[in-house]
Amino acid sequence: MNTEYILAIIYLVASVTFVVGLKMLSHPDSARKGNLVAAFGMFLAIAGTIMFPRGEKEISGLIYALIAGSIVIGTVVGWMTAQKVKMTKMPELVSLFNGMGGACAAAISIIEYSHYAGKENMELSVATIMAGLIIGTVSFSGSIIAFLKLNGTMNKPVRLPSYNIINTIMMIAVFVLGAFIALGGEKNAFLMYATFALALIYGIMFVVPIGGADMPVVISLLNSFTGLAAAFGGFLYGNQVMLTGGILVGSAGTLLTLVMCKAMNRPLQNVIFGAFGGGSAAGPKGDSDKGSIKDISVSDSAVLMNYAKKVIIVPGYGLAVAQAQHVIHELENLLNERGVEVKYAIHPVAGRMPGHMNVLLAESNVDYSKLVEMEEINPEFATTDVVVVIGANDVVNPAAKTDPSSPIYGMPILDVENAQHIIVNKRSMNAGYAGIDNDLFYNTKTSMLFGDAKKVLTELVTELKSMN
Amino acid sequence: MEIINFIGSKIEMIYIVILSVFVGVELIGKVPSVLHTPLMSGANAIHGVVIVGAIIVMLNTDPDNYTSLVLGSVAVILGTLNVVGGFVVTDRMLEMFKRKKR
Repeated sequence: MNTEYILAIIYLVASVTFVVGLKMLSHPDSARKGNLVAAFGMFLAIAGTIMFPRGEKEISGLIYALIAGSIVIGTVVGWMTAQKVKMTKMPELVSLFNGMGGACAAAISIIEYSHYAGKENMELSVATIMAGLIIGTVSFSGSIIAFLKLNGTMNKPVRLPSYNIINTIMMIAVFVLGAFIALGGEKNAFLMYATFALALIYGIMFVVPIGGADMPVVISLLNSFTGLAAAFGGFLYGNQVMLTGGILVGSAGTLLTLVMCKAMNRPLQNVIFGAFGGGSAAGPKGDSDKGSIKDISVSDSAVLMNYAKKVIIVPGYGLAVAQAQHVIHELENLLNERGVEVKYAIHPVAGRMPGHMNVLLAESNVDYSKLVEMEEINPEFATTDVVVVIGANDVVNPAAKTDPSSPIYGMPILDVENAQHIIVNKRSMNAGYAGIDNDLFYNTKTSMLFGDAKKVLTELVTELKSMN
Repeated sequence: MEIINFIGSKIEMIYIVILSVFVGVELIGKVPSVLHTPLMSGANAIHGVVIVGAIIVMLNTDPDNYTSLVLGSVAVILGTLNVVGGFVVTDRMLEMFKRKKR
């Protein structure tokens, strides 16, 4: 029996599991199984690669020991991190893992460069290696910046003057240098490392000016970059499973990026090149004519909700940060007991990633069918007595509809202003993640309930319990 | 022409690339936005397949080439992190979607 064929069949099976896994991941009922199917395929591919190496070469025990040791370290660390992380921190972690994949692709390219460069007729293989190096590296450094931004370590977009031009020049320089190394034919480790360093810097410069609100799109884009980098590796080795896995993620990731952009109604080029979330574009324009904001106490809010027929809750990232998803579920149950209809209005980009809010609410056992997406719930606001906005800001900002000069103009929003009463819970009057003011707070139907989401909601629950 | 030779010699892979592009696009076509995050996370784990490349590098490395051995081991660790962490995080997210009623 030819072991090479066994490996080929294993790769075939693994490739199919990736396709089937992704397919299953796109339906709520089968999603979890789909993830396991793909994970099983990945296990097969890794085990097969180790057990049936191609070529005649004798492989020393040291190398097997190193591989096994590295896999054990990676598994333990990866498993523990993934198990321990809080649900609110999930987007950061995805970004971090994505960066690891990019770094892995870059490391492979660095090693393989020394094997392929300077040999006869290897120009195009070297070109493949350089492409993998550049894309993997950009994905790595970009993901780390995205991680820091989501983490809050680095929350202000930093822009050099005319950063667009600088970045474009850098991008061209990286690829020209890469092409020069590949087609030059000579082995030049210094230039290769120079390309690596330049790509590293470019990845940072690429993400640094992008505002926090656009981070999900960036992560999704970098995700597809890493897929592409993996595919270049597959191309180099003639390895089918790397090729299918990488390209699948590359194309699916690109489409996912575009779908997300569409949900936010922002063309991709605006995300990458446009200003968003910066202070300058969204300066205060005539605070005086806004009118005043109105405070409301916890007990008044409780009364309003208690006698309402229908309450819609609009959760935002503030809810997640305050870890208030369990309390909100308690509030929902309490209102239900009193015959109040409660629904959750989920904006496509609520939280830090599309679907993030659903994950958080599902974690606290909120019924799946109560999470209503934007298009379906928007007509319902007109028949709603009380809307409770918790830690959300930009997704309910009417400027998206009325103010063409606003950076979020055109983004679809939740039409909360159609409801009878709007209660907005915020920690303070600070602007939202996009850094822009919100006219909703000055609406005569709006009352502000200041305070930490968890604390305020707990008080609300206590207050409601005391009422009969 | 070198480029034609290159394409010709890799024609099967180019077929895989083109068809995979369409499969990927087709798969994501109609996803409810609820699943965007888990899907991104799942896709993130799948591109961890790059670890296969890292293992191949290691298997072909000369046991005396310490630089490559170290760098290769680091690549395997990073790739494993991507794969294991990615799948576990995705599973944790999806665990939340269990239906209460059946």
